[in-house]
This record gives sequence, structure tokens and C-alpha cells, in this order.
Amino acid sequence: MSIVIGEVAEELRPAEPIPEGGHVQGPRAGWRLALSSFVENKLAVVGSGIVIFFVLFCFVGPFIYRTNQVDTNLLNSFQAPSSQHWLGTDSYGFDELGRIMKGGQAALEIGFLSSAIATVLGTLVGAVAGLVGGVIDGILMRFVDILLSLPLLFVILIISNRYNGATVLSLSIIIGAFSWLVSARLVRGEVLSLRVRDFVLASRTMGANKRHLIYKHLIPNALGVVIVNITFQVADAINLLALLGFLGYGLNYPNVSWGDMLSNALNYLSDGYWWVVYPVGICLVLVVMAFNFIGDALRDTVDVRLRRR
Amino acid sequence: MTAYLIRRFVTSLIVILGIAFITFLAVHIIAPSPGRAVLGDRASQAAVNAFNKQAGYDQPVWVQFLKYMWALLHGNLGFSYKSNQTVDSLIIENAPHSMWLSGISLLLSILIAIPLGIFQAVKRNSVADQSITAFAFTCYSMPQNFLGLLLIGFLAISFHLFPSEASQSEKIIPYITAVRANFLPILTLTLTAVAAYSRYMRSSGLDALAQDYIRLARAKGLSEARVLRRHLFRNASLPMITLIGLSIPALLGGNLVVENLFNSHGLGLLFINELGNEDFNTVIALTLLGGVATVVGNLIADVALTVADPRIRIS
Repeated sequence: MSIVIGEVAEELRPAEPIPEGGHVQGPRAGWRLALSSFVENKLAVVGSGIVIFFVLFCFVGPFIYRTNQVDTNLLNSFQAPSSQHWLGTDSYGFDELGRIMKGGQAALEIGFLSSAIATVLGTLVGAVAGLVGGVIDGILMRFVDILLSLPLLFVILIISNRYNGATVLSLSIIIGAFSWLVSARLVRGEVLSLRVRDFVLASRTMGANKRHLIYKHLIPNALGVVIVNITFQVADAINLLALLGFLGYGLNYPNVSWGDMLSNALNYLSDGYWWVVYPVGICLVLVVMAFNFIGDALRDTVDVRLRRR
Repeated sequence: MTAYLIRRFVTSLIVILGIAFITFLAVHIIAPSPGRAVLGDRASQAAVNAFNKQAGYDQPVWVQFLKYMWALLHGNLGFSYKSNQTVDSLIIENAPHSMWLSGISLLLSILIAIPLGIFQAVKRNSVADQSITAFAFTCYSMPQNFLGLLLIGFLAISFHLFPSEASQSEKIIPYITAVRANFLPILTLTLTAVAAYSRYMRSSGLDALAQDYIRLARAKGLSEARVLRRHLFRNASLPMITLIGLSIPALLGGNLVVENLFNSHGLGLLFINELGNEDFNTVIALTLLGGVATVVGNLIADVALTVADPRIRIS
């Protein structure tokens, strides 16, 4: 009863005038808005679901579906899928499903680690260039231009060839060391445009020091661009790893990457062993696509946050 | 605008110099004494020293750098000891194949992606638009080796429509005319590029559709076809110029994978083979070439954009 009265009273009350300059929102409203628009995006939810699935599949899966991924067993090679080997075995007699899990671990680890390296490096360089400006900015950005002009795949291949014995860590460092350039440019651009925005000017007029400006205004606002870039970087790194593995510069035994498996599969394409070819490729496409979905959705989200502010 | 072009040109030159410096450093760090690599493990130290002296590898680094730059200015990219010929001649032998593959697929992908993107922008959120987007997204997320592998698996092995290997002819004319043999590599490159371009084209088409000049064009009674052709197509295609300039290195890098997968003669296959041979002169020269191609591609795109877009020309 009381609820109805409440509602009626609510309706009868005159609508509050909209304050000049739009509704005032709390400081966290931007992020809440971002989250809600992210959740509304179906593709983003699907993408996140796929990523979570693959993280569980690759890292928890091996504890449930135990396989031997160390010893080859040639007598056991190319067995069709069965209750014992759900996706059959490959040319060395490794269980294919277990191998996909192992390759997926490497792909996800390298994807996340290399993009973490690239993001930290890129953000630092971009922030320094944008904040300090002048000669240092010029030198750093020309350096970025030069490195960005070099064909990435060529450079990474040369380094991998020279310092072989690729591990997850070394490949992450190599990929990370050459993919920070884009994030450096993005962060620099963001810092440059933020520096002259009105709210930064207002804060400065009120006597905010540099530390406050950087931590309260520049970092939270530039974060959106950086986060969007991270997801694309993960996707690119996983793609790059697949290419490296395919060209014969992937991970060393006993580690394996999806690219190595694809390259191996190519030899048996005409023999009808579909289980060594397609499942691993589909996993690869799904993971890369999921990260691209998330990246696209996040980009829209960041746009929304900027647009509604 | 002239000032802008001059500034743009000078920065490109600086970047090219920087690339040359980095590639020189790379050769120097990776292979400081090529004598051992050329003469083999069993050569005497005296022979290795004599070789390095003769080839000038014992001189101070800066002298070597100046000589390297001098050679580069004369278009001399070094000597491939493994193939016993100059890198220039290796590149001249292999470049036409790569350029044909890249060029024809670039052309095809532009011809397909621009109308496709505009179609998607005009019919946005329809079933057709969404299916094309889904298809493009799948191709876009697929590493080229898997896309090529799928095409080989279905079109070459299951249905025997096309051979799984590119044309093996060394001469360029028979290579170009071998359309059936080169169909799959060209298809792989084109699909990847169309996937990327059509996404850009769709969003730039959507941006253009929201502009006032489109509304004006419709308001003054132009037929829809004319609005699309004269106003939408022209404006929405502008970002493509930059994108095409940017795609030159991607095509080079993309060739690496596709040429390997289909065993097609070309710079990409040359790169991987010589990398396996530890022929660093060739490998680094190709990297330099890729870098210069990127810079030149960007420069051309910027110049082309100023020519195509009066707004840039005037400001």
C-alpha cells in the first residue's frame, strides 16, 4: 500500500529542473557507465566468455585431462579420436587435446606477458615524451618512427634466429620489445590532448601540483586508450606467435605453440588426419577473435565515456 | 602546403638515415666477423683474418659505417657470400614475383573492399551487413598461415580446383600468366586485406553518411546513386589512401608467410631461406628495404592525400 502511495507521490512531484550543463555525476560514474555499456555489448560478453573458457581450458584442463606431453610415442601416432584420446594423437604420438592445452598456455602467457611489457614501456615513453616535450619528445618520437618503419616480423625473426633457444619468457621479451611503439604514440597523443583540456586547466588554476595532475587526471583518462590497446596487443602477439611457429622460429621442445602445431599439420593435410589440423586452428582463431571482440567493445566503451562526459 | 611537404620529406629522410644506421648496427652486432661464417668452422684463423682484412671488416666501426652508407647511396646493398652474388642481383631476381603477388592482391582487395564497405555502410545493421562483418572479422582474426591452410585443405586437396603450390617458374612472364597456380596465394592475401579494409571502409562510410554534405546532396534532389558515387564514395575513400600507404610493409611481411606457405619465389621466401643460411647481409638488406618501403609508402600516401583532399591542401 505504502509503495503505491510513494509512487503516486513521486509522479505528482514536479520534475526537477535539469541543471545547467547537464546532470552532475559522481567521479566513478564514468567507469560504471563504461562497465554497463561493455556488458550491454553482446560480442564483448561472448569474447570475455571465450577468453575465460580458454584460460580455464589451458591452465586447469591439464589437471583434469591428464596426458603425457613429454615422451614421444611413435607407435601411437595418428590415432583417430577415441575415448582414450579425445582428439586423437599427432605425428609424434602426443595426445592432440592435451597438446592444444599446452600450446594454448604458451599463447596466452606470451600474449599477456608481451603486451604487459609493451604497455609498460610504451606508456612510460609516451608519457615522458608528452609531458616533457621539446627536444626529448622529438628524439623519442623519431626513434619510435624509425623502429615503427622496420618490418616487425623480419626483425623478430632475425633476433629469434640469432639467439635461439626460444622460451616463453624470451619470446615475450622480444615481441614486447618491438610492440610498445604503438602504445607510446597513443599515450603521447592522449597526454598532449589532455594537457590542454579545460578540466586540467581548471585543476591547475586551483593550484594542483604536477603529481596531482598526473595521478588524478592524466593517468585515469589515458588509461582507457591503453587498456583498449592491450587487448589488441594480446591478439596481435598470439597471431605473431602463430606465424613465428609456422616459420620454424617458435618455442623449443618440450614447449609447443599453436603455430608449431599448424606448421607440422601442413605436412599431413592431404592424409586425412583432420584432427591435427583443424581443432588447433579453430582454437587459435577463436582466441584471437575473442580478444579483438573485447578490444572493439572496449574502444566503443571508452568513446561512450568520453562522449557522455 | 609546400612547407608541409618539405618538412614531411625531411623527416622521412631522417627516418631513412636512422633505419640505415640501425641496420648497420644490427649487421655489426650479429655478424662482426663474417670470415668465420663464410669460410666455415674448419678454416684456419689466419685465413679468416685475411678474409676479414680483405673485405674491410677489421677497420674501425665508423669507417665501416661510412663505407656502408657510401655503398647504400650508390644502391649497393652488399654481397651475399652464401649465394656468391650481390644482394642487389638477388633482390632483382626475386622482387618481381613478390611485387606481382602483392600488387595484384592489393589492387583486387581495394576493388572489392571499397564497394563492399560502402554497401555495408548504406545497408548498415542489415543481415547482409552483419554477415559480411562476421566473415571479415573471422578472416581478420585468422593468422595468414591458417587461412592459407584452410584454402589448401578445401580448394586444393578436397576439391582439386587449384594446385597447392604457386607457380615455380623463375621468369616473371610465365609466373604472371600462371593464374591457376597463383590463385590460392593471391586469394589468401586478398581475403586478409579485404577483411581489414572493408572494416575501415564501413566505418569511414558511416562517418561520411552522417555529414551535412550528404544531406545537402539528397535535399537538392540528386539521385541516390549519384549521391553515393559523387559524394559518399569520394569522401569515404580518403582514409583508404593512408591505409594503402601503410599496407606496403604489411604486404611485404604478409608475403613472408604466404610465399613460404605456397613456396613461391619472392623476397619473403628469400628472407627465410637466407635467414636459415645465416646470410645476414641479405637478411638485413631486405629488412632495410622493408623499412625504406614503409617510409616511402607513408610519404606517398601523405602526398596523395594532400592532392586528393582540398581541405588538407588549403590549411
